[in-house]
Amino acid sequence: MAKVKLSSFAWARSGDKGDGSNVGIFVKTKADYELIKKALTVDAVKRHFHGICKGEVTRYEAENMLALNFLLRDSLGGGGSESLKTDAQGKTHGLALLEMEVER
Amino acid sequence: MRDKVLIGYGQGFWGDSILGPVRLVREGPLDYLALDYLAEVTMSIMQKLKGRNPKAGYATDFVAMLSRVLPEVHQKGIKVIANAGGVNPGACLDAVLDLAQKQGIKGLKVGIIEGDDILTRIPDLLQSGHMLANMDDGRALSEVQSRILSANVYIGAFAVAECLRQGAQIVIGGRLTDPALVAGPMIHEFGWGPQDFDKLAAGTMAGHIAECGAQCTGGNFTGWRDVKDFVRIGYPVIEASPDGSFVVTKHEGTGGLVNRETVISQLLYEMGDPNRYLGPDCTADFTSAKIEEVGKDRVRLSGIKGGPATPTYKVSISYQNGFKTTGQLTVSGPDAVAKAKLCADIVWGRLALDGCTFEEHEKIVEIVGAGVCHEGIAKPTDPPEVVLRMGVKCNDEDKVDRFGMEIVPLVTSGPPGVTGFAGGRPKATDIVGYWPALLQKDQVKTRVRVEVT
Repeated sequence: MAKVKLSSFAWARSGDKGDGSNVGIFVKTKADYELIKKALTVDAVKRHFHGICKGEVTRYEAENMLALNFLLRDSLGGGGSESLKTDAQGKTHGLALLEMEVER
Repeated sequence: MRDKVLIGYGQGFWGDSILGPVRLVREGPLDYLALDYLAEVTMSIMQKLKGRNPKAGYATDFVAMLSRVLPEVHQKGIKVIANAGGVNPGACLDAVLDLAQKQGIKGLKVGIIEGDDILTRIPDLLQSGHMLANMDDGRALSEVQSRILSANVYIGAFAVAECLRQGAQIVIGGRLTDPALVAGPMIHEFGWGPQDFDKLAAGTMAGHIAECGAQCTGGNFTGWRDVKDFVRIGYPVIEASPDGSFVVTKHEGTGGLVNRETVISQLLYEMGDPNRYLGPDCTADFTSAKIEEVGKDRVRLSGIKGGPATPTYKVSISYQNGFKTTGQLTVSGPDAVAKAKLCADIVWGRLALDGCTFEEHEKIVEIVGAGVCHEGIAKPTDPPEVVLRMGVKCNDEDKVDRFGMEIVPLVTSGPPGVTGFAGGRPKATDIVGYWPALLQKDQVKTRVRVEVT
């Protein structure tokens, strides 16, 4: 076991959902899926995005894709046309999650 | 019935590369070409254009794109499906007929789908008890009624199929859902009915994968180092089968990448609950799909399950919700971050001297280069230069413009090394608020009209 970035074994994509973003993350093997299910709790993801996500975090599982999908509410400064942020659509939030370190 | 139909997706939004559809037509076999041009903000811009000119309010990019490929499309018999009609499908129809006549194309059938635009019906709908309450916070639409800019119902795939049934080779819709552009041809080709929920769910899922063009063929992929030849990236082609299974692929010899990972990436894009993806024709369970690589740049999806749609259509309403502007300057090192912070304080301070202040939630300071996108995650560094980006929003247009005047003076009256001011003084622009709502399906009737050159 060593601390590694999620980016070393997972992929992610993010986009906007109203004034929040969604971050989907997935892996290649069942073992890694069990690992991210354990490591990426709602609380852990909320802590990781503390500078970005001001609302609640919801998690969904999609085992057929070995994927987790997170909704990060209030993370876009208003969202859409109302946002003043550079990343008003949360396009980079996927890469931000992949920066998280986990024991693997 | 054909046992396989090829549906390409050429432009994923208004502004996507014109090379996508042109190369889909030229570089491999294709039965259908789907194109999406509409976002929430686009509809309000189009209503504004139509207000000034009754022949405007559709995606002119679509006609520009067609002008490059129409003879080839006509000769090969490729059918084109686009939501390019915006808020004026009739005007888009006229423009396409004009183009075909100019290019000497005879016998081209062009169809439009209308009925999605409910802007003028809002007062009647409210009067007759349809609240169109905001789906996010429950507010009544009457709160913003005087400021509404556009209102459109998301129309499903059966309207597309009907337009094809009436013989149209070019199908122009208004606010069709993005997946409907792909599911429509499947319904038409394979004779699927409104109760074939599993198949409709498969069509929806195929549409969701393809709807952002190259985002499923290697674009925006976090494994980007594995993607070859971004320049000639292939746009997606869906090989659909009558049983609802389909293969995601791209034309042979094009750049990009289609594998399990690029397809799953796009399946997760803008996803809410993957067990229940809502659309006008069905609900789709994205967790039911079997996803397998079946060859080089070929990913097959099968076993997809769906269920009945809800009794309501989703409505996208936009409204004027104040003003905003942003401006930026480059600040060089040494001490770029400290100087950029000082610059921002100077701007707010000088505005206050002139009696112009903003609430916390009305303003933003970003020091681009020092961890803006990944705020709180990226480790602080000492970059050789940064871009200072500042912005404000509020209901007072004059205050927003006043802010815009205070950026450029920093070049001569702030710390040293401030440069890169380009593009003139930032000016106030409209904030277009987004108001999602629901409307009973029996309140919406779509109409199809087909004309021939």
